[in-house]
Amino acid sequence: MPTYVLTDKCKGCMECVKICPSDIMHIDATQGRAYNIEPSMCWECYACVKSCPEAAIEVRGYADFAPLRHLVMPTRTTDRIDWKIRMRNGDLKEFSFPIRTTPWGSIRAPQETPEPTPDAVASELLAFEPDYLAVEALPTLPKPPRGG
Amino acid sequence: MSMVENPAAVPVRTVECDILIVGGGFAGCGAAFEARYWGRDLKIVVAEKAAIERSGAVAQGLSAINCYMGMRWNENQPEDFVRYVRNDLMGLSREDLVYDIGRHVDSTVHLFEEWGLPIFTDPETGRYVREGRWQVMIHGESYKPIIAEATRKAASEVHERIMVTHLLPDATDPKRVAGAVGVNVRDGSFYVFRAKAVIVCAAGASHIYRPRSAGEGSGRTWYPPWATGSAYALLIQMGAEMTQMENRLVVTRFKDGYGPVGAWFLLLKAVASNAAGESYESARLPELRERVGAYADAKPMPTCLRNHLMLQEILAGRGPILLHTERVLTTPEKEAIGWEDFLNMTIGQAVTWASQGIEPKSEPSELILSEPYVMGSHAVCAGAWASGPADVAPSEYHWGYNRMTTVPGLFGAGDTIGGSAHKFSSGSYAEGRLAGKAAVAFVRDHPDLPTVTAAQIESLRATVYAPLELGARRSIVTAGTVNPELLQPDHALTRLEKIMDEYGGGVSANYTTNRALLERGLHHLATLREDLPQLVARDLHQLQRAWELQHRVWTAEAVLRHTLFREETRWPGYYYRADFPHVDDERWKCFVNSVYDPATGNWRLFTRPYHPIV
Repeated sequence: MPTYVLTDKCKGCMECVKICPSDIMHIDATQGRAYNIEPSMCWECYACVKSCPEAAIEVRGYADFAPLRHLVMPTRTTDRIDWKIRMRNGDLKEFSFPIRTTPWGSIRAPQETPEPTPDAVASELLAFEPDYLAVEALPTLPKPPRGG
Repeated sequence: MSMVENPAAVPVRTVECDILIVGGGFAGCGAAFEARYWGRDLKIVVAEKAAIERSGAVAQGLSAINCYMGMRWNENQPEDFVRYVRNDLMGLSREDLVYDIGRHVDSTVHLFEEWGLPIFTDPETGRYVREGRWQVMIHGESYKPIIAEATRKAASEVHERIMVTHLLPDATDPKRVAGAVGVNVRDGSFYVFRAKAVIVCAAGASHIYRPRSAGEGSGRTWYPPWATGSAYALLIQMGAEMTQMENRLVVTRFKDGYGPVGAWFLLLKAVASNAAGESYESARLPELRERVGAYADAKPMPTCLRNHLMLQEILAGRGPILLHTERVLTTPEKEAIGWEDFLNMTIGQAVTWASQGIEPKSEPSELILSEPYVMGSHAVCAGAWASGPADVAPSEYHWGYNRMTTVPGLFGAGDTIGGSAHKFSSGSYAEGRLAGKAAVAFVRDHPDLPTVTAAQIESLRATVYAPLELGARRSIVTAGTVNPELLQPDHALTRLEKIMDEYGGGVSANYTTNRALLERGLHHLATLREDLPQLVARDLHQLQRAWELQHRVWTAEAVLRHTLFREETRWPGYYYRADFPHVDDERWKCFVNSVYDPATGNWRLFTRPYHPIV
């Protein structure tokens, strides 16, 4: 449909509503459960599928070109994602990939690093350069002679 | 009547800050990070249409970082990158901007690795695994959530579900930017952001041209459906000078699912053929030389020319074009790489394979050319004309602050900045960092908050909520979507896409247009514009769609005007001016720029010279 929501699983927790980049996962007022309000603006990005704590959201390929009888479903944990793929002929495939090498929340904020001197804002260097370039100095060129 | 049906009753929330970042994609995330590093005491605010963990072009994830020099291993230098980009863009680039991305992008990628992004590394050499000369492979499912974590820590505030509709000019000096306004599409409140500097990091555009899948599948555009051209519409209406808006992108992709081909061609070394199994590129070189001269023999072959050769083969009736995945998925490891490529960044392609029953290790897949997109960070360079870095920019390309547009205080990065292609995710983040640092310098030099009047706010509030007001009025029809007085956002979008497709060189026209077609297209666009005051919204979601549509119309108009002005076919395979079918270096090896005058409503088009720096 892109995405569709299974009635018996959805608890209306809003996680999909909060994350959908296209603003198309909304809560149905009478059922109190989520649904895709605008399938033609769904990118099949799976942001809602991955965010759903009940595994209530699945994807049926676009009606324009996708025959029925298939399923591509992920399970995402803190450090990996596992995929199960059911092909049209019933064959199953499974793949598993890492997603992050450090704990969530562990990134050092820029303001937690030593403060640069006020005059450094006039230089061409970005934060942590040239160290993080892993070369001796930021490359530059002789000022071009042309161009007014 | 609920509050959103009566604009006068809508609550106004005013957010005052030093730096406002519009759009929390890769460029915006980079801007927030870097602005905080240099401006510890500043109030730095991000306004985002969705939620930054899954917003922008990288919402879904990626399988590669497409811009990395590898200077530490002497794999490439920024000069090499300039030559590559110049070549791929058929000789035209803002080389100062390109060089600047090249020399800074490695430190950005090293940050990403430190933060926890898994990058494929060769255990023997310790180097990143290359997909191609410029690309490194990643396990990038969580690329955006990782980057967003740093942004959440760096920004003072992240305001989400805000559809930014307009930039705010300074009331005493309309040529200077003073902030932005938008709608919170959850509670309907009207946001007024007042800022000393604004960095627009919004998106390029899908759905300017009619997509190949036009029903439920119209969401399966290559660039996401939420990329609505805000990068251009916001700036154009402020009178910012734009460049290369004619340089739209067509990509070679797996048919229907639009899975990318990079890993298949570059890493897995798959080949493409026509239906008979024949390779077709070399046989078509003589015709290509006649059309574009020496560019036909440029190495690597420019992206648009590869498109061109495929298109000619299809038009000659020798399709479908096939990518021979079955010849390269020879081991379980390679099969996993092939599937991961899509599961990380284009899951819809995996869904396409599963549903169509395509087993890539035993049969080839069809390739196709996509509908055109308008953007500035891939193999094209539409966007704003911006000041370059002080030490390498020719003086004509430099006016004080890196990545500042021609509007004082208004900066950009990513899709927003023109003339500088091949940024991709890492380069867009690096450019956001450059703009973020420059904006801190600007705020230090201009510490006063620009003037905004109540009259400005009231006028914009009435404009922004007008579609909801129309939706709340008693309808003259019983039910349904047909109404002679009202224009629904989805109807207007279909109309726009049809105009652009048929007159502006879309898929149904084989990417071909000419002066008469473009003038006709501009006429139809003008009548669409006349109808836009009748745009109606029945809820806040539709109000967002209404303003996205407005932004797409501005973007489309710039594309048509620029395409009309450039009397040559510089990028065959992206589009063709049938009345000027050749590359014309004598007249047109220069930038096509435009300025819209908000006071008069007039557009001015002109050229700017190209200056090579390496």
